[in-house]
Amino acid sequence: MSIEVKEGRDIRKVVRDLVREYGEEKAELIPILHEVNREMGYISDEAIVELSELMNIPSSHIYSVATFYRMLSTEPHGRHVIQFCESAPCHVAGGRQVWQKLQNELGLKKGETSDDDKWTLLTTSCLGLCGVGPVMVIDNDIYGNVTPDQVPGILANYE
Amino acid sequence: MAYFRSHVLVSVDPVCVEKGAYKLIDALQDELVKQGLVDEVQVLETSRIGDPETEGIDLMVYPEAVHYTNLTLDDVPYLVEEHFLKGRVAERYIRESEAFTDEELSAPQSKEVRIVLKNIGEIDPLNIEEYIARDGYMALGRVLTEMSPEDTIQEVLKSGLRGRGGAGFPTGLKWRFIRNADGDEKYMICNADEGDPGAFANRRVLEGDPHSVIEGMIIAAYAAGSNKGYIYCRAEYPIAVRTMKTAIEQARNFGLLGDDILGSGFSFELEVRMGAGAFVCGEETALMASIEGKRGEPRPRPPFPAQKGLWEEPSNINNVETYANVPQIILNGADWFADLGYKKSTGTKTFSMAGDVINTGLIEVPFGITLREIIFDVGGGIKEDKKFKAVQTGGPMGGCLPEAFLDLPMDYEALAEAGSILGSGGLVVMDEDTCMVDIARFFMEFTQDESCGKCTPCRVGTRRILEILTGICEGKGKPEDIDTLRNLCDQINENSLCGLGKGAPNPVKSTLEHFLDEYEAHIYEKRCPAKVCKSLIRFEIIDGLCTGCTLCARNCPVDAITGERRQTHVIDPDICIKCGICEQICPYDAIEIK
Repeated sequence: MSIEVKEGRDIRKVVRDLVREYGEEKAELIPILHEVNREMGYISDEAIVELSELMNIPSSHIYSVATFYRMLSTEPHGRHVIQFCESAPCHVAGGRQVWQKLQNELGLKKGETSDDDKWTLLTTSCLGLCGVGPVMVIDNDIYGNVTPDQVPGILANYE
Repeated sequence: MAYFRSHVLVSVDPVCVEKGAYKLIDALQDELVKQGLVDEVQVLETSRIGDPETEGIDLMVYPEAVHYTNLTLDDVPYLVEEHFLKGRVAERYIRESEAFTDEELSAPQSKEVRIVLKNIGEIDPLNIEEYIARDGYMALGRVLTEMSPEDTIQEVLKSGLRGRGGAGFPTGLKWRFIRNADGDEKYMICNADEGDPGAFANRRVLEGDPHSVIEGMIIAAYAAGSNKGYIYCRAEYPIAVRTMKTAIEQARNFGLLGDDILGSGFSFELEVRMGAGAFVCGEETALMASIEGKRGEPRPRPPFPAQKGLWEEPSNINNVETYANVPQIILNGADWFADLGYKKSTGTKTFSMAGDVINTGLIEVPFGITLREIIFDVGGGIKEDKKFKAVQTGGPMGGCLPEAFLDLPMDYEALAEAGSILGSGGLVVMDEDTCMVDIARFFMEFTQDESCGKCTPCRVGTRRILEILTGICEGKGKPEDIDTLRNLCDQINENSLCGLGKGAPNPVKSTLEHFLDEYEAHIYEKRCPAKVCKSLIRFEIIDGLCTGCTLCARNCPVDAITGERRQTHVIDPDICIKCGICEQICPYDAIEIK
């Protein structure tokens, strides 16, 4: 997922602008949710309620869609989101050790956000970069052929 | 007509002209005249080569395809003398190899025949003219001007093209169903939701040769009688999405999409829809639900998408690779395609190799090649000279095949008979250090996570299997577990609503069949033969080999190792988390896994 949060955005205005741009048809729900996720970092209850009114879709349906898809989040994340590929090819190519190192370095388990809100550690499904596994994505940066000793250095790049 | 033995292509885009490209061309011509070579070497203009940041000009010399960089007028005499008179490459001007190496797709190996991968890396995907220059859209032209929709269907049927998504349904037949179906609007859908871990062929085609897919879809739409199409691309492929959107726009600007394509009267509109991270949306009915803005849950069939699909209208869904084959089938003829391959599997298939094999990456080979050839010839064999243990084919719903199956010819039927599937063409190669029970658990974890939850056999069944497998890996396995697992596998396979559920048990079933001894070791002896399952292994430092260098203790993330300098160190098993870092780091191989 790509996240480009703009500070101080009024969620209702964000949603209104998106519906104006994409249209009200139900088929546009997922593209709109993608954009909300990207601009606000996650899909809040407020966003769901606003969308429900504008698109005439029950909140429960929107909530069920938002929670079904892995790349849409209904929970806020830290400033930097780490997505580590947990799929078999990366796992087999040394991913297991890298994952261990990541968890140790950050003191986080899968799905957790650090207390200082700096990091959220997630796993992702296969990104199709198996040729250069193990693969890790931090925000929009992709890292391939990752080894455990590279982990501290990579993490140090982020404020 | 003059015959030149060499061609020099000089970059004359605006930046290069500014730097003096035309002066360079003149200087080259003068020097060639001076050396008496002007009838043998031709100087031509071309679009930009190389980095606009350099101060000099770049040029290419063919047929050798040598790229000279950063040239000034002063370099010309030496260059001409070295390269054209003496026949030597003028090394000093060669572009420094920061040469881009494609880790996923190398130059074609022997035994490869590239149809779908033909243009990747050779053309600029963001420039439709380069696709057209390689016979792009000629097939479409032929179809729209010389062939009827039924002719097109016939040709594709004759070629024997079968769905490359894995199911292997005859493509021409699918299109005929759409053609004959009743509906106000018929839809052509491209399944670009390549979710199989280990498969990335579709991704490369979408990123590297998007027009092959577009052209294939337009031809298919014409044959099937559809005017609207969607490419459903997973959101994990943002570059593919962007590239596809650009390609569609360029095609539209060229009149290849939209109304009255090439003046034929046939109209077709195409749009990209993005997924949102759900493996199950690779299943056709779930995919359509997702396009409609719903949860990606499959539904029972019949009715099949060809009768009632997207918004209840007749819909054709084909994989990226299936569409990408179509233009060349039309151009080269059905017979050409049918002659490649093996038995009922004609043409080629891309395979993505991942895991413990030396050459991971993509290949495209005619059906019939054996697993052994793929893994050991093309793949270069197992990394670090370890022994081959198993290969999983076709993605997480595929079976794990041991050494005995290495001489299996790859095609739809042979793999199905072996208890696996062709699927997406993903191949995960595993060496001797892989625990097959752990692998089965690993795949089940994936499938369980991706299960949409709609039908009980899959939702509950996969969870139960996962619980049992996890228990076995933790040393809590019971003798009856094996029968329970077999039972569950059959139940889930027979009663699930969609392909995900039906295929989910395959890794478990195949490992139970071919690696039963490993399960038994875990259950009866509480031992993991491959020394992988954490609860069943112990890291120990060998007294005779340890030199007390303290490297392991310093790197242990949980401080489980103690010892004085130059004294044998000791790992505390109660603290040790078995991450394996010490074993990898020890320069004396003094750490053993028991």
